[in-house]
Amino acid sequence: MEIVVLCKQVPDTESLIQIAEDGVSVKTGSIKWIINPYDEIAVEEALRIKEASGGTVTILSVGHQRVEKAIRTSLLAMGADKGILISDPLAENSDALGTAKILAAALKKIPYDLIIAGQRAVDQDNYQVGSAVAELLGIPQISQVIKEEILDGKIRCHKAIEGATVVLEASLPALFTTQRGLNEPRYTSLPQIMKAKKKPIDIKTLADIGIDPELVGDRNAKVKVKSLNLPQSRKAVKIIEGDSAQEKAAVLVKLLNEEVKVI
Amino acid sequence: MAEGVLIITEQREGAFRKVTYESVSEGRRIADYLKSSLTAVVLGSGIEKIANELEKYGTDNILVVDDPSLSEYTTDAYTNNLADIIIAREPELIIIGASIQGKDLSARLAARLDAGLAMECTAIRLDKNELVYARQMYGGKIQADITINSTPQIAAIRPNVMTILETPKSCRIEKIAAKVGEIKASVIEINKDAGDKVELTEADIVVSGGRGTGGDFEAIEELAAVLGGAVGGSRSAIDEGWRPHSDQVGQTGKIVSPNLYIACGISGAIQHLAGMSASKQIVAINKDPEAPIFSKADFGIVGDLFEVVPAIIKDVKKLRS
Repeated sequence: MEIVVLCKQVPDTESLIQIAEDGVSVKTGSIKWIINPYDEIAVEEALRIKEASGGTVTILSVGHQRVEKAIRTSLLAMGADKGILISDPLAENSDALGTAKILAAALKKIPYDLIIAGQRAVDQDNYQVGSAVAELLGIPQISQVIKEEILDGKIRCHKAIEGATVVLEASLPALFTTQRGLNEPRYTSLPQIMKAKKKPIDIKTLADIGIDPELVGDRNAKVKVKSLNLPQSRKAVKIIEGDSAQEKAAVLVKLLNEEVKVI
Repeated sequence: MAEGVLIITEQREGAFRKVTYESVSEGRRIADYLKSSLTAVVLGSGIEKIANELEKYGTDNILVVDDPSLSEYTTDAYTNNLADIIIAREPELIIIGASIQGKDLSARLAARLDAGLAMECTAIRLDKNELVYARQMYGGKIQADITINSTPQIAAIRPNVMTILETPKSCRIEKIAAKVGEIKASVIEINKDAGDKVELTEADIVVSGGRGTGGDFEAIEELAAVLGGAVGGSRSAIDEGWRPHSDQVGQTGKIVSPNLYIACGISGAIQHLAGMSASKQIVAINKDPEAPIFSKADFGIVGDLFEVVPAIIKDVKKLRS
């Protein structure tokens, strides 16, 4: 089984995000970078499938040169076999669809039976790249998966929707995206970290994967950021005083009911 | 020349989801701005009788695709049918609800149409003849205004944000034959959750607990129940195994924007604050007066949640009786 996992590097969710001088991008200077948490779940699932039935796990990413180190120290050290990083100035600031076009072009050059992606990257929250890659490759997609099993060339996935769980089935090759609850990603171990040092990571340009730069990148993005702003700050909190919990609760309920009318 | 606003509706078992009314109402508003028409597409099986419910919210045309093959949502059948309709009708703007189904469908459809998509859009406005979409990034830490340079433009609107407005109009209903094509991922079964739990992302009121609960969510569940709301949890509550993953509120879980968010025993890590800061009113209950959660709250009670929450329950019950 050839499994490819789509991964992205994103700012640590514990970091503050600041807007850059240009007003349309965020400051990257002081950001601590992590692998998108949903992608780590994807890598963990890929490793479990490989451990159960054999195969190869390839990490595929589009991004800055620094992502190479993250692939090695985080994902290859979890146990993935190799990495492909498409790093090209012409690919920078692609929108979700542009990124999907780059990933799909790279995938067309390598074998795959199963592609796993995070449901979304927790930076731009687009929920888009996985589905778009599946569409561009003409393969089935199942999004936000909480459980999967593979049998006889087919994958069966459980997906939680509002108020229900749906079980879906597709023939391989297929793509699914991860939801929390699918698994708990493993920690890296020292022997795996040592092993990861020798694992291959191919760094490729757009020309290497044979995609027309006129389809991707900042200039060709269909979605453009006009401005970024910080959310409006709230008025200072009103701390409810009182001699007992009962007294405070009574004031709060009265406020919520009569003043702001939300209950 | 692309013209008109097209709404992709969502129904389950013959009932429209609330976000559909939000989409149609918003679509009417934008269509009026653009001085163009509003069309809604209803897909499903045996749904012809519910289609005219949308007239109330201002549709000019309703397209009905009623076919047994559309009884359950599949990415493939819905995308195939919608892509054909969109290519034939050339709308300028497509609005869809960013529910779990809507996210799946809009992403696939955008790729098929080679169109730009504003996912989880929270507002649409017209600025110098250009549609501008507001959406959050970084789990709510950043507000972005974006524009889309494609035909059509697609906006997947976040549930529970836009206002439902009744503006009845006379409306034409047209039946369209289904063209299903190949279904690559098919539905094997659907298991409904027990009880009638309110979905976190659609709830008007969310009561959340964190580390301060010590794993005891009884009072929080009761408060959510008396308020008709949903229960959420901070990442530490989920990591401790006190709540299922589906309850996690935060940048790496669900982003919520209810009318009222009550945080109980949650200190307020940055990633949690990101996921709930768009709530209209926020109440924080925490023993620690220095807890960061108070900086994001409208109302705060410094105290033990195990005393405060039961007292709130008592007062709400009194109010309701």
